[in-house]
Formats: sequence, structure tokens, C-alpha cells
Amino acid sequence: MSELFVIVEHRLGEIRDITFEMLWKAGELAETLSSNLTAILIGHEVNSIAEKISDRADKIIIFDDEGLKNFNADIYKEIISRLIEESKPTLTLIGNTSWGMELAPCLSIRAGLPLATDCIDIISKNGNLIAQRQMYSGKIFANVSFAESDGYILTIRSGIFPTDRIGDRQAQIVQKDFPLKDITVKKNFIEFVETAAGDVDITQAELLISVGRGIGEEDNITIVKELAEALNGILSCSRPIVDKNWLPKYLQVGTSGKSVTPKVYIAVGISGAFQHLAGISGAGTVIAINKDPKAPIFRTADYGIVGDLFKIVPVLKDKILEVKKGG
Amino acid sequence: MDIIVCAKNVPDVAEADLNISDKGTDIDKEDLVFGINDWDNYAIEEAVLLKEKYGGTVTAITVGNEDDEEVLRRCLAMGADRAIRIEADDISRFDSFVISKILSRVVKDLQFDLIFTGVLAEDDYYGMVGMMMAEELNINHANMITALEIEDGKARTTSELEGGLGEVSLIELPALLTIQTGINEPRYVSILGIRKAAKKELKTIELPDLGISDEELSPRTIIEEAFLPPETEGAEILAGDPDKISSDLIEILKKKGVME
Ligand SMILES: Cc1cc2nc3c(=O)[nH]c(=O)nc-3n(C[C@H](O)[C@H](O)[C@H](O)COP(=O)(O)OP(=O)(O)OC[C@H]3O[C@@H](n4cnc5c(N)ncnc54)[C@H](O)[C@@H]3O)c2cc1C
Ligand SMILES: Nc1ncnc2c1ncn2[C@@H]1O[C@H](COP(=O)(O)O)[C@@H](O)[C@H]1O
Repeated sequence: MSELFVIVEHRLGEIRDITFEMLWKAGELAETLSSNLTAILIGHEVNSIAEKISDRADKIIIFDDEGLKNFNADIYKEIISRLIEESKPTLTLIGNTSWGMELAPCLSIRAGLPLATDCIDIISKNGNLIAQRQMYSGKIFANVSFAESDGYILTIRSGIFPTDRIGDRQAQIVQKDFPLKDITVKKNFIEFVETAAGDVDITQAELLISVGRGIGEEDNITIVKELAEALNGILSCSRPIVDKNWLPKYLQVGTSGKSVTPKVYIAVGISGAFQHLAGISGAGTVIAINKDPKAPIFRTADYGIVGDLFKIVPVLKDKILEVKKGG
Repeated sequence: MDIIVCAKNVPDVAEADLNISDKGTDIDKEDLVFGINDWDNYAIEEAVLLKEKYGGTVTAITVGNEDDEEVLRRCLAMGADRAIRIEADDISRFDSFVISKILSRVVKDLQFDLIFTGVLAEDDYYGMVGMMMAEELNINHANMITALEIEDGKARTTSELEGGLGEVSLIELPALLTIQTGINEPRYVSILGIRKAAKKELKTIELPDLGISDEELSPRTIIEEAFLPPETEGAEILAGDPDKISSDLIEILKKKGVME
């Protein structure tokens, strides 16, 4: 029977949602392909993580060793490429996360298997494999096929598939050892560092007014700030604003920033890249102001204003102040 | 400190109305403005900053056509010492796997302590060339770098993880690092600066001269179809002049309970 591999991602003792999402998709594919679903769990003292997925895979292969405590792409690559050689899985799924983006390309070269990254769907039709992904900042979708191969590696975008259990499985647990001393570790883990907290916590805000690259210049941020003040809301931003050092990191919304859950989120001059949208999936109502009618943000927003933010934001602010004074 | 930076010329699509090309596998690029891939802009800046601190050389490399030389001129103007273009008239027939093969072949003959690529290219969004090169070259690597220091022949790197967490590592040189946006503040490049840099060495290598086998130049992934995003319900668009829009918006804010 053919096999599907899912590489379990976990961090600081916690399983990551992407693991459940991959297991969901792999579970679905296992049905269509009549494959066995094998989760590969590498780490130290990971039994509680194995328990969380024991009803979502047919087999869990565990490598448990003190030396595997921290993620290391070189070690993962060695272990997984050996497993791939042994069982020749049709597909190996890896999260398109910071760690997965380091591991997957190395593994692809090492194992000699084609790789498609950042997939949002996998379609298997009449023996043909198609990966669906996005290009050009999400403005274009693409269906990708592969050169003939024994197996394929795919990295999966976070937040696309459900975290629910699919199907009914009871995993057989297989503990394995790997001669770690055979691997020269080329990268030494030192520590984790957290973003410094600020004087406001955007994760607690009820109303966020978020500014993006469309603002053009640092000084222009004032107009969005004034809108936020008029509304008694909190100012937040997209990543480029932080990259340019215009606002502090703790105000950044998105995968590499904060996930926020306001009642209302107003995005000003933000295109709606998926790394940004991932941070607002818990927002109540999303309102977008953008001059590009094709901006991806309009696909997820509840209300949209197509136009120049410099024409709209100041008028909106004045009107709000007027209404407040009058009321 | 000798540093190689891989940089790609990409179309700016931020406000562009994109159309699918006749072949159906890419977009029409004729009317688009091209510029350096955002991530590569940070990568070249980081290389130049290190050179200014420790001395050494910076070499910028691209695989592309003559128009793509623009990206190398920019790198030279920012402080690179020399540039190499591998001539390829239509790189869309390659995938990132092939690009990484070509780049690896070229850098194998060069002296380097560090290789920088961007985390990903804005156009294809693959995010794989860098790490494929690291594996191909069998050198140390770290991903998504947001801070970098050199100490005793080692690189102290901070890799960005999800949720604002950073992972600090120590790796021996030579190493390949993929550079994340925000690591520095890329310097401004003037037209005059680009003109001045025209004196610097810009070498062209023909692809066949690299002696890479056809097999290695055949892509492992093939775009079968490119298409505009499927229609969704989408946002309810508020129309009218700014005054009318503002009034409508205020009603919505009141209804949602965030304004009195
Ligand atoms: C690993 C990784 C992690 C990331 N993490 C995050 C993250 O946590 N958060 C995040 O935000 N991004 C993140 N990004 C970056 C993300 O991919 C996008 O690059 C970013 O979100 C774009 O920000 P933006 O929408 O502000 O800018 P752009 O995409 O440049 O969009 C600007 C928008 O402004 C509009 N505009 C321009 N002028 C005007 C005007 N006068 N009036 C109205 N509209 C105007 C344009 O039409 C455009 O849609 C990450 C990327 C990577 C690779
Ligand atoms: N044609 C190219 N020429 C030079 N460098 C490239 C090219 N394509 C990709 N790269 C490098 O690889 C990085 C990641 O690209 P990608 O894997 O295509 O997303 C980019 O940021 C560049 O540094």
C-alpha cells in the first residue's frame, strides 16, 4: 500500500496548528489514493504530542532523543530522507512555515524529489498530481504539475485546511532511533527571543485602524493616527511599516506579528497578503480602503471602499468628529 | 568577508491590473514596471553593510535577460563591487530548482564566506532557491534572517519564526542565509549613483558555457495553468463621494457597536 508522510511541526512542547491542517488534507488524500497515513514526529519527550494525533494517522513514527530537542533542518533532513528511501511515500507534506521553508528545499535536493511550496490545495486526478498555489502576491492562482517521480514533497500554507479530524484512524506507534552522532550539526541553537511588548496590546483592542504601505511616507501615518484617535480606536499596521521602522513591531498584524480579534478592523492601504490576513481571521467586521479594486483584501473584507485613502480618510475623520460633537 | 548576493528583477504588481498571457501559464508583463525583488534589496544592503564593517567584496548575481541587468546596476550602485548575469532570455521556462542549479554552479567557482538570497521572490512566491543552493553546495545555512552579527568567523543569526518569536543560532562560515525584510534600512539609490556605478565590472555568462546537463536544466515543477482568483462574494463596496462614503461608514461603525 502506498504511503503519505506528514512531518509533525511542534514548538516548545506544543503541537502547531499546521500539523492538524496537514493531517486533515492528508487524511482526505489517503482516502482517494487508498494510502496509509504516516505522521513523523521528531523531538524529545513528545508522547503528549503523539497522543494529540493518534486518531488522525495510521502510523506515527517517533524519533525521541535529547539531541532532537530543538528543530534542526540538517538533522530532520537526514532522518526524513532515510525514511523516504525506505518507504517511498507518494507525498511528503511539510508546513510552509519558517522551519518548513528551510527543511523542504534541502530535503527535495537530498532525496531527489520535486517540491512545490506554499500549496493551498492538492488535487489528485487519474493518477496526476496537481498542486494549487498563488503567485504575484495572491493576485494570480496557478495549477502546478510535476516531473515524473517516485514521490513528491509539498509544503502547505498555514490556515487553509481545517484543524478538525477527518476519518477514523488508530495510529500504530513506532519508536525509531537514529545514529545522531553520524550527523555533523552545522547550526547551533542558542535561544528563542520574543518581540518586546509595547505600551498598547493590539490583541485586546475592540477597534483597530491599520495602516499599510499604501500610506507612502512616514509623515502620512499621522492622518491614519488621527482617524484612530477620532474613533477611540488603536492604530496597528502591516509588516512593511514595521520593516521601515515607521511603527514598532508590537503593532504589526499578521503571521510574523500578532493575531487580532477586534469587533471592527479597518485596513487602510493594505493589499491583503495572506500573511496579513492570517492575523485578522478572528476579526468581526473587516473594512478595507484601497485604490486597487483587484486588491486581494476586498476578497475577504466585509465592506470595501475603492479609492484614494488621502481623499477619504481626512473626510471620514472630520465627519466622525462632527457626529460626535453633534451627538 | 566575501559575500555573494543573488538578486532577481521582478514586476511590481501592487496596483496593477493583471492579465493572463496567451499561453495561459503566466501573466502579461509588457506594461509592468520591474524592479529589484523586495527581499533581495534587503539582502544586498546587508552585504554592503558587512563589507563596510569588515572589508572584502560583494558580488551580485542574477539569472535573466538583458533588461534584468537593471537589478545588477542597482546592486552596484548600492555598493557591490562586481556583478554577474547568467544570460537566460526567458527564465519563466525554469523553475526555482533549475535557477538554484544554475546559481550553485556559478558560485562554486567563486570565493565566498557568505551567500545571501531573499526569503522569497515576489513573483513566483516559491521561497526555495536559497535553501536548495545551500544543499547543492553542501554549506551551512539559516532561514529568514532578521538580525546578523559576525563573531570569530561565525555568524550569529536570528531567524524569524511565526508569532513574533525569533530563533538565535550560531553557525560557522561559509554559510548561506536567506534574508528577511526589515533586517536593515536599504539605502536610497539615485539615477546618478547608477550612472556612476556603470564603470564597475558586469560580466555576462552564457548558460551553455556552464556545462550543466540538460537533465539538470529540466524543471521539476511545471505551471499548467495560471488564472485569476476565483470569484468570491467579496466585500460590499461603498460607493459615492467621500462625504457619502463617510456617512455610510459611520452608520456601519455604529451598528457594529464601536461608535456611539
Ligand atoms: C515569512 C513572511 C512573514 C510575513 N509576515 C507578515 C505579517 O505578519 N504581517 C504583514 O502584514 N505582512 C507580512 N508579510 C509580508 C506580506 O507578504 C506582504 O508583503 C505585506 O503584508 C504587504 O503589506 P501592505 O499590504 O501594507 O503593502 P502592499 O502589498 O504594498 O500594499 C499596499 C496597498 O496600498 C494600496 N494603495 C497604494 N496607494 C494607495 C492610496 N493612495 N490609497 C489607497 N490605497 C493605496 C495599493 O493598491 C496596495 O494594495 C510576511 C511575509 C513573509 C514572507
Ligand atoms: N533568476 C534569479 N536570479 C538570481 N537570484 C534569484 C533568481 N530567482 C530567485 N533568486 C534568489 O532566490 C530567492 C528566492 O527566490 P524563489 O525561490 O524563486 O522564491 C530570491 O530572493 C533571490 O535571492
